[in-house]
Amino acid sequence: MGKAVKIILAGEGGQGVQSVAEIIAEAANEEGREALYIPNFGVEQRGGVSVAYLQISDEAIGSPKFQKADIVIALSDRSVYRTRKYVGPETVYVYDSGIEGVDDALPANAKKVFGIPAIEVAKKELHPRVFNIIIMGAVIKATGVVSEERARAAIEKKLGYKFEKNPELRGLNFTAIARGMELVADAL
Amino acid sequence: MSVQPAMPKCWRVESKPHKFCPGCGHGLVLKAIGQAIDELGIQDRVVFGCDIGCSLLSWDFFNVDTIQTHHGRTIPVITGIKRANPDIIGIAYMGDGGGYAIGSQHLVNAVARNERITVFLVNNTQYGMTGGQMAPTTMPGQKTETSPYGRDPEKTGYPTQGPEMVAAITRNGAYVARGTVVNMKQLKNYIKKALENQLAGKGFSFVEAMSTCPTNWRTNAEETWRFVEQDMPQFFAVGEMKAPGQEKEGQGNG
Amino acid sequence: MPDKPIQAEKRAFLTGNEVVAWAALAAKADIMYGYPITPQNEIMHYWTRLAPKYEKEFLQTEDELSAGFTTIGGVMAGKKSFTATAGPGNTLMQEPMSMAEAMRLPTVVVVMQRGGPSTATVIYSQQEVTLTTLGGNGEGMRIVYSTASHQELFDYTIKAFNSAWKYRFPAFVLGDGYQAKMRESLVMYDPEERGIELITPEPYVGKPGVPGVDREPAHYRNTYNVEEELYDVLQEQFTAYNNIIDEVAEFEAFDTEDAGLVVVSHGVVSRAAKAAVSELREAGYKVGYFRPITLRPLPAKEFKALAGKTPRILVVESAQGQLDRLLKEAAYGSKAEMQSLFKPGVGITAEEVVARAKGILG
Repeated sequence: MGKAVKIILAGEGGQGVQSVAEIIAEAANEEGREALYIPNFGVEQRGGVSVAYLQISDEAIGSPKFQKADIVIALSDRSVYRTRKYVGPETVYVYDSGIEGVDDALPANAKKVFGIPAIEVAKKELHPRVFNIIIMGAVIKATGVVSEERARAAIEKKLGYKFEKNPELRGLNFTAIARGMELVADAL
Repeated sequence: MSVQPAMPKCWRVESKPHKFCPGCGHGLVLKAIGQAIDELGIQDRVVFGCDIGCSLLSWDFFNVDTIQTHHGRTIPVITGIKRANPDIIGIAYMGDGGGYAIGSQHLVNAVARNERITVFLVNNTQYGMTGGQMAPTTMPGQKTETSPYGRDPEKTGYPTQGPEMVAAITRNGAYVARGTVVNMKQLKNYIKKALENQLAGKGFSFVEAMSTCPTNWRTNAEETWRFVEQDMPQFFAVGEMKAPGQEKEGQGNG
Repeated sequence: MPDKPIQAEKRAFLTGNEVVAWAALAAKADIMYGYPITPQNEIMHYWTRLAPKYEKEFLQTEDELSAGFTTIGGVMAGKKSFTATAGPGNTLMQEPMSMAEAMRLPTVVVVMQRGGPSTATVIYSQQEVTLTTLGGNGEGMRIVYSTASHQELFDYTIKAFNSAWKYRFPAFVLGDGYQAKMRESLVMYDPEERGIELITPEPYVGKPGVPGVDREPAHYRNTYNVEEELYDVLQEQFTAYNNIIDEVAEFEAFDTEDAGLVVVSHGVVSRAAKAAVSELREAGYKVGYFRPITLRPLPAKEFKALAGKTPRILVVESAQGQLDRLLKEAAYGSKAEMQSLFKPGVGITAEEVVARAKGILG
């Protein structure tokens, strides 16, 4: 059984981590790869940290949950704490550099830890609504699980009906992917 | 030479004499139901559901397709059948325990959904088959196995007003009545109107029948009749609580 | 006539709850009766969206007792009827399913296990094994398929309808919260296009003709007057049930022949077990894999044979030994040493299975 790429996305409700995970999973599926995505649910669904567990592989995927992720993306202070247990020596750990007061909580045992200014870029350069798409760009750059082209196609599929009404949104979203990829490329 | 009283045509001769105790009112209620089925000519369309307790003794009572279940679940079984095959005339037959206690959520919600089924509920003021315990319908002061000093309304409440409750939560189109085995002509009339209501597809229909249980009441014939004829009506009013076209102002919830 | 819900084979990427709704459509289910409880709600959500397009029905009932008993009513009226539940809802569901068992009614219930006992979590467990296989005041005369993937959820939901109607025992598809909520790919198909014959349901009541005149009335009861009467009925049912075991019982196994340790699991946990066994084999450990697909009837013969030749068995489940009890009963008297990895209400990963297996093998 081939090793799946294991990804954890964690953020506050409204940051859109679940939809990012879903779009990436669908994009991978469209590429003919195996994808398994499971949202956290339960009591935390209301007002808690939102965690998306995503695995992508070329072969059948094992259990839906896993112990250590290949990449963890934490987008809020609470998410930093929530995701610590998924970090191991092979984990690339990405957090939003705008999160304050978590320096001591960042994992020391990860393969690599770095911050990206995704929240700031969304706010100042693009639009807060495409914050999660920037994250999506970051994920695909850091993992290579799907191509940029396929990611764009998946977004088109998901949001195409909105783009029809407002074609500017398409450009905004595609720019957001590219910016997310750049942020990770710079950090790496 | 004795003359046998005429049985309803849809009664099953092979299962007679029936299994109810001497003096039990179930046979009378089932007779009224049988007469109504005959008069409406619906023997081939009726599915009869009976419950746990004494009502289950009617599982082979009619030459009518019959299902026996328990705990007032007769209402959802008949609901499930009616939903799956609306041509069927569904009758749920049960006692006061099944309808007003353990299965009361089924009655309330079948009413709320206005299921096109008919419920006939026999009120004999206690649990018969299990040996005469207090029921929702037990009269104040009435002695039962679980109220040996008489039902104390302060501690255990007053008799459930079933048809009144059903009437209060149904909308126009429902038929709701309470009859008694003391007045068989009237009871059969109510039962027939309830079935006609289902045939017309107007809404939920419900008839409570005040009935007798000399075995657990420990009454002789005279006392039995006095209880059902004089005592029970002190808490249970006979009459139609709701009939399509006859809704009183403010009563219809329509 | 509406179009067939699934025209051609197609790869889909769905949640498990959505898969169940599509599978029920593909199996030509007519009506669903249901009551909300997490994590199975989306089965109803998808069914209610799809149903009108294919002339199907739905009734939301007042509780799971009613959902089960209306399902029974639908079956008796001659429709392919089903319901879905979980956790405390499954507890209530045992009352109607006892009636289905007593009367050998072809009901189909999909269970998405959540944590227990009681309300516990809405997330996941394998703690409804005892309840689903042996629940109610009966003898467990049921067919229970424990699925491990979305493909199996689709395949076995279709199969559950067929098995229920073919053998006339209540059938269950035992999934869990992970399977309910996760998304993965599967191939959906029209079973008839693949040569799977779908059994046409027949009414129990409301057949043509006047009962007692043109035909015998249908009198269905689940009550008996004397002990012996019940006993005789049960003997017939046990015989009928025992006769279907070989045909119904299913399992999956590999690498057991030379194994010093066989990992046994069911449902979604078997994915971790499978990955663990493959990894251990690659590392040179002689480890095998066995998974009952039916938990009732259990593939007891096959498991007993395994337990007779394998020195050690590791039972892995997200419950405190619910599968383990079924297996020990089947293996009674066998020489295999039974070890366990129990994580009630918690998911199990391949890494944990590997670590436990290595711990046992030394």
